Amino acid sequence: MEVRRKHGQASGGALRVRRARSRELLRGAELHGPNVPRHVATVDLEGEELERYVHERVLTTTLEKAVAWGRSNSFFPLAFGLACCALEAPMHVVASRVDIARFGFEAFRASPRQADLIILSGRVSIKMAPIIRRLYDQMLEPKWAISMGACCSSMGVFNNYALVPADKFMPIDVHVPGCPPRPEALMHGILKLRKMVQEHPDAPWRERYGAIGTEERRPSTGGEQGGAGSPEGSVLRGAANPRGEGPAGA
Amino acid sequence: MNATGVSEYRRREESITLSAMGKPHPDGSHDELLTLNFGPHHPATHGVLRLLVNLQGEVVRSIKPIIGYVHTGIEKTAEDKAYWKVIPVVERMDYASYYFNATAYCCAVETLAEVEVPKRAQYLRVIHLELNRIASHLLWLGTSALDLGAISMFWYCFREREQILDLFEMSSGQRMHTRYIQVGGVIEDIPRGFEEKVRAFTSVMPGRADQYNALLHSNEIVLARLRGTCAVDADTLLSLGVTGPLLRAAGNPWDLRKADPYSSYEDFQFKIPVGTVGDNYDRFAVRVAEMYESVKIIEQAIEGLPEGPHITTDRKVALPPRHELATSMEALIHHFKLVTEGFRVPPGEVYFPIESPRGELGCFVRSDGSSKPARVHMRDPSFVNLQALSAMAEGSYIADLIATLAMLDPILGGIDR
Repeated sequence: MEVRRKHGQASGGALRVRRARSRELLRGAELHGPNVPRHVATVDLEGEELERYVHERVLTTTLEKAVAWGRSNSFFPLAFGLACCALEAPMHVVASRVDIARFGFEAFRASPRQADLIILSGRVSIKMAPIIRRLYDQMLEPKWAISMGACCSSMGVFNNYALVPADKFMPIDVHVPGCPPRPEALMHGILKLRKMVQEHPDAPWRERYGAIGTEERRPSTGGEQGGAGSPEGSVLRGAANPRGEGPAGA
Repeated sequence: MNATGVSEYRRREESITLSAMGKPHPDGSHDELLTLNFGPHHPATHGVLRLLVNLQGEVVRSIKPIIGYVHTGIEKTAEDKAYWKVIPVVERMDYASYYFNATAYCCAVETLAEVEVPKRAQYLRVIHLELNRIASHLLWLGTSALDLGAISMFWYCFREREQILDLFEMSSGQRMHTRYIQVGGVIEDIPRGFEEKVRAFTSVMPGRADQYNALLHSNEIVLARLRGTCAVDADTLLSLGVTGPLLRAAGNPWDLRKADPYSSYEDFQFKIPVGTVGDNYDRFAVRVAEMYESVKIIEQAIEGLPEGPHITTDRKVALPPRHELATSMEALIHHFKLVTEGFRVPPGEVYFPIESPRGELGCFVRSDGSSKPARVHMRDPSFVNLQALSAMAEGSYIADLIATLAMLDPILGGIDR
């Protein structure tokens, strides 16, 4: 988040103008525009109606931003190392020189159920890939993945039978190049991810990987969407589900 | 601590018998073996090792290691590359001791191709090898202490590791997998100021190792968890093929740097630390003592660093210097041949062992006369040492299994290759 402000700019008359402008915005003046019907924009609300109007329109977006800000500054990475990169990623990045704790990434979790970020640090063999996919599936939403190093992104110097790039079996948000990347390079990748989470809190990987509809949701409690809730804690559902699995309660 | 060196806690722990196990209880239930799956994703396995452990209560009855989760096909890939392009690939096997992998491979190829390595290159190799040995032991010490619950060791060890990696970066441009060791010598002479930085490091390192000792050797919990646990005698270890600090901890002073010196190790004065009983404490103490000896070797090598070329002048094997390319047609031809095809090695096969931080690291190379090796095989110490895990940890408590695995110091990249 970049803040650029000159000193003295917001003083005196400018401040009064901005206050008046913000008051107008609260009353719905931001709706003035080419695509907004005139009658919506000019509606003048008072009292309880105005309060509800503001509550619906302004506060919700701010809360989303606040949640994204909080998420992006308190990641819980999975304590997970594969090969060479593991020396640089979960170790040197945590150690005192680079000190990932400055950005709130230091709480490494041993269980995928408590983690929301997986850093694939090293080469992924074909034998290991299903396990990594399982770990990723066990992580709770919202979750992110960083592919660290050349092997994990493109098989690197070994272009042979044994390895598989991580993109083939799971969605990756950030690729960090290098063999192995310096801790500073991983730091750069992590800050990119942080920016991504702040700007697009709705995890756009689903669009990129065509996985809309695979979100895990709470089991429905009533008649909504196909009857009784399922006994499991989470259900994969939706028409766009690529594996064609229906609600597990059926 | 009583007179026999066994703590009260350990004595009480061992007084618990398992005689009641295996018999049916009055309520009809019975004890049986529990098979526990360890890994491949587990913070204490130092990588992606998977263990199937049979437990009777808290006691380990059998261990079955399952490996292959970082199998990378490096040996096969090496057959497809020219001799000097294999170096970066073999470096990534045992990723904590990359200089050792490269040295074992380059020494094997030099033996086959009968290339003479200049004295200065040998000394530069020794400096980097011993720096890498300290870095590898620091990695082991930090993570092993973490497994035993002592988190602050991690910060201290990685402080020194950063210093060593800075030295590597200064001499080669990379922190890890430096490709510094070449067939015939090293890729570049050390830059100006490197000697001073190494001297600065060797002057502080013994004091830092003293700090580790002060933190761990007087820590009751660490001593209780290491002393007298999982001891294996030297004969059993030898029959299992175990080498390195594990064998030396059992009292056998087998060190290839002394037993079969390579790369001018015979020029340096150093001692081989050995243990007495071969328990986890000895394994720990031997490695910490090795750091002091490595510092001594580095100091002697920097002091007696001879003048001369850093790589062989044989233009068939080593790239000509950059300035020669502008003036010499001969150099241009050699450069072109080396970069496009590589050099040819006379047919034959060789096994070259060196002493890595984990034991005997041997490289087997077979040549069919072409510019690519017909076979490259590494005898990796982590792989061989892992089969001693059952001998060490069977019959002990599962908490001791974690400590033993930490003291075994396996690097899974070397095991699976």
